[in-house]
Amino acid sequence: MRATLPDPHSLLPLPAATFHILMAVADEDRHGYAIIQDVAARTNGELKLSAGTLYRSIQRMLEQGLLLETGDRPAPEDDDERRRYYRITPYGATVARAEARRLTQLVKLARESGFAPGRA
Amino acid sequence: MRFYRALLHAYPASFRAEYGEEMCAVFARRSRGLRNPLLVLLLWLETLFDVLFNAAMVHLDILRQDLRYTARTLARSRGFTITAISVAAIGIGASTAAFTMLDHVLIRPFPYARQDRLVKLYEDHSFSAGRMGTRWDMSPANYRDWKRLSTSFDGLAMYRGLSVNLIAERDPQQIEGASVTFDMFPVLGVKPMLGRAFTAEDDRDTAPGTLLLSYGLWQSMFAGDPSVLGRKVKVDGMPTTIVGVMPRSFYFPRREAQLWTPTRFSPRHFEDRTDTWVYAIGRLKPGVSLQTAQTELSTIAGQLQHAYPKELAHVGATVVRLRDDGISAAGRVMLTALFGAALCVLLIACTNIANLLIARAMVRRKELAVRAAMGAGSERLVRQMLTESLILALLGGTIGLWLAKSALPLLAKLVPDSMPIAEIPSMDFRVLLFALLVTCATGIGFGVIPALRACRGGDSNDLRDSARSGGGRRERLRSTLVIAEVAGSVVLLVSCGLFLRALWRVQAIDPGFRSDNILTLRTALPLPKYQQRAAREQFYARVLAEARQLPGVKDAAYISFLPIAMGGGVWPVEVKGQPQDLTARQTASLRFVTPGFFSIMSIPLLTGRDVSESDTFNNQFVALVSQSFVRKYWPNQNPLGQQFNFGNFDRVVVGVVGDVHVRGLERTSEPQVYLPYKQHDQVSPWYAPKDLVVRGPENTQALAPALRRIIREADPEQPVSDVRMLSDIVEADTTWRRVQVSLLGAFAASAFLLAAIGIHGLLAFAVSYRTREIGVRLALGAQSADILRMVLRDGLLLAAIGIVIGMPLAYAASVKLQGLLAGVQPSDPLTLLSAAGLCIFMTLAGSLAPALRAVRIDPSTAIRSD
Repeated sequence: MRATLPDPHSLLPLPAATFHILMAVADEDRHGYAIIQDVAARTNGELKLSAGTLYRSIQRMLEQGLLLETGDRPAPEDDDERRRYYRITPYGATVARAEARRLTQLVKLARESGFAPGRA
Repeated sequence: MRFYRALLHAYPASFRAEYGEEMCAVFARRSRGLRNPLLVLLLWLETLFDVLFNAAMVHLDILRQDLRYTARTLARSRGFTITAISVAAIGIGASTAAFTMLDHVLIRPFPYARQDRLVKLYEDHSFSAGRMGTRWDMSPANYRDWKRLSTSFDGLAMYRGLSVNLIAERDPQQIEGASVTFDMFPVLGVKPMLGRAFTAEDDRDTAPGTLLLSYGLWQSMFAGDPSVLGRKVKVDGMPTTIVGVMPRSFYFPRREAQLWTPTRFSPRHFEDRTDTWVYAIGRLKPGVSLQTAQTELSTIAGQLQHAYPKELAHVGATVVRLRDDGISAAGRVMLTALFGAALCVLLIACTNIANLLIARAMVRRKELAVRAAMGAGSERLVRQMLTESLILALLGGTIGLWLAKSALPLLAKLVPDSMPIAEIPSMDFRVLLFALLVTCATGIGFGVIPALRACRGGDSNDLRDSARSGGGRRERLRSTLVIAEVAGSVVLLVSCGLFLRALWRVQAIDPGFRSDNILTLRTALPLPKYQQRAAREQFYARVLAEARQLPGVKDAAYISFLPIAMGGGVWPVEVKGQPQDLTARQTASLRFVTPGFFSIMSIPLLTGRDVSESDTFNNQFVALVSQSFVRKYWPNQNPLGQQFNFGNFDRVVVGVVGDVHVRGLERTSEPQVYLPYKQHDQVSPWYAPKDLVVRGPENTQALAPALRRIIREADPEQPVSDVRMLSDIVEADTTWRRVQVSLLGAFAASAFLLAAIGIHGLLAFAVSYRTREIGVRLALGAQSADILRMVLRDGLLLAAIGIVIGMPLAYAASVKLQGLLAGVQPSDPLTLLSAAGLCIFMTLAGSLAPALRAVRIDPSTAIRSD
């Protein structure tokens, strides 16, 4: 684990998969398959993360300090011992917010150029 | 599911251990309930791509991390990094350079099609008490009969070397080439890149002159002009048409050959079966072995012996592969020795690097133990250290490749001129591949052992221990490696020393003449222009008279061929009153000279007189003979006035001169006979005097332009070639030895340096390892001298064991090289002692710094530390 975390802006722009995973674990801890399902549901099935992409992203996010693996597990009847649960860190939330701001800014600029619907 | 699990092995083990189970679970959920085979296939295709792509990305991530980490750690220990890289560079550079040479001379194909089927044919004259050799050129009549009677060959063609006066655009030039029968190019399987090859028509006695150019001559003389075809030039004064240009890579029969003319035999060429002057090349039929061809030709030679018992008594046949013909057995041994030396250096380099890395791993045990304790798997640690080693090896390999490239022009001097291959070998992709293999083998070789060692040792003990414990076994391994290095250096030092002694011995041989301040040049007078005796004599008289007028010139003379520069030119000797034994045909070297030659060369006239201007063709035929000639034919008799038949005439001995090493310093030469230049007719025109020797003042070289002017005025169409100092010719005779010594010297010096680095490294490490022990000894009253002795003793012990092991190896290697040692014994005590002395000196030099550091240890600090 890193002693000092780098400036959140140094990680931007985030890879799409990373941002989606952060959103999936924003309000509750999830295991890998649940993240895949959540992302698919949020994007109306447009983005289906593959197992490889998911766990490679998770590995990097753990190293970067965006996620942590949690020991809190659901009731045994809902659990599968092979599953591992991931939680967003405060630093992960900061980075996600910074990314959201960056994207909002971008959309605003796109609107001003007439590329996107809405107010100029 | 089993297949999916197997697929996961594409990921690094650490990743698999972490996420493998979950990934299987995800895959199981996705594949559950899929019945449609098309959908199942789609899922598998997608999964396959997903695994391969992401596994590659994970590996790349790890590599990136490892590289960053490696760059940081190597930059931190700059001394180690520089040492390791230079050691790897020396080893890889030496072995790559040697491999390039070996590949160039022994492995790389000749520029001919299916060269393994090509053979060269010789007359075998070895009946003559081993003096004449099994490889003798042949007479045109024998060539014709061998070709007619043999069935082993798809084709048989002949050639002879040629040196012609070519007049095209510019001044006349003397050009080396070959005269070939028209079927030579089909036999070699090569076609011209421009124009046509020769046809049977070109070989006709009365056909107009035709000529093929080499690519090099086409470029240099005609600027690569394609309209050169059909152009008329003059070859030895005869109008000749250029009909083609050979490909750039084509060399035949020697590297120097730059043009080819057709061979035109006339009936008189087939009259004398003892006049041997052509060489034959054959292409074996498919399925015919070298042995079959040899047997067949021996039978044919036997039949011819019966048919011509007087001329061909005991003349046999020799067939050799063309590939084996160009390079002598000695040359092969030398190249192999060179390669062995290079491998030895590579081995020492690898040993050294392994040692450096083991030492480093021991220092880093703590760091690795910490990383292992924090959860880094052994696979990750091994991988990290392997990356580090490979980076070192690759950097070393890059520098080594550059070193090899710079060394090649020097190495190229070892390639014999007689081989039809390019002068300087180019590094091709095979050599690069070899370098890469050596580089990686070195990297993995010295990476794996320390990495595995670090992981096996990476238990919790290392966290507690100081850097003092657990050294015993490793120390022994490292000592063994250093002993191997010393032994390797001993082998190289002894070989190099023996070659050096051999060089000195050869250089000390008296050639029989003095070579200082003598300028030589060649004016080969072309036929038919100089067919008439009068024309030749007029040319010689004019050139010599004017040369003698030049300021500072003491005298000038002409001879057929200079000694050493030309070793052949022998003729059978028949002595009146001594029975001619056909099974032991005697020969002597034949030279025509102008008066004054012996005094210019400082060849002593022992008795009688020099040749003179009055020894003309109409007077008595006379000869000067060398001392060994007298010893052989008239021992204990007065040679003056004796008669013998030589060069088609009976000749009377009028003088005896000292012996000369005609065939070079290291070879036995035939006795010598010198004949007056005016009595040359009716001996082959090849023997006409062509080499001018001028003894001048200190700076004889400066006479060259004046001599060229004199020759131009005497005959504006006469080319001048081979302008050289006689001393350079003598020196060139030992060039290959000097190159060999300098190369082996370079290898031995590298090995020596590497072994010194090894000993220094080992002892420096041992001293820092034993700081506390040494401190205690000092505190208990040991003197500085005791500590000094202790460290030096450790080093000397290693050296002594290395020398004891190395000496028998060195002896064994030298016995293999004995043929190249010019009579120096492999057990030469001076060389062996010097090598041992140098090793001890090297050990002391390598041990001195660590020993002094040990002496300077402050006991109180040393004991308090830890």
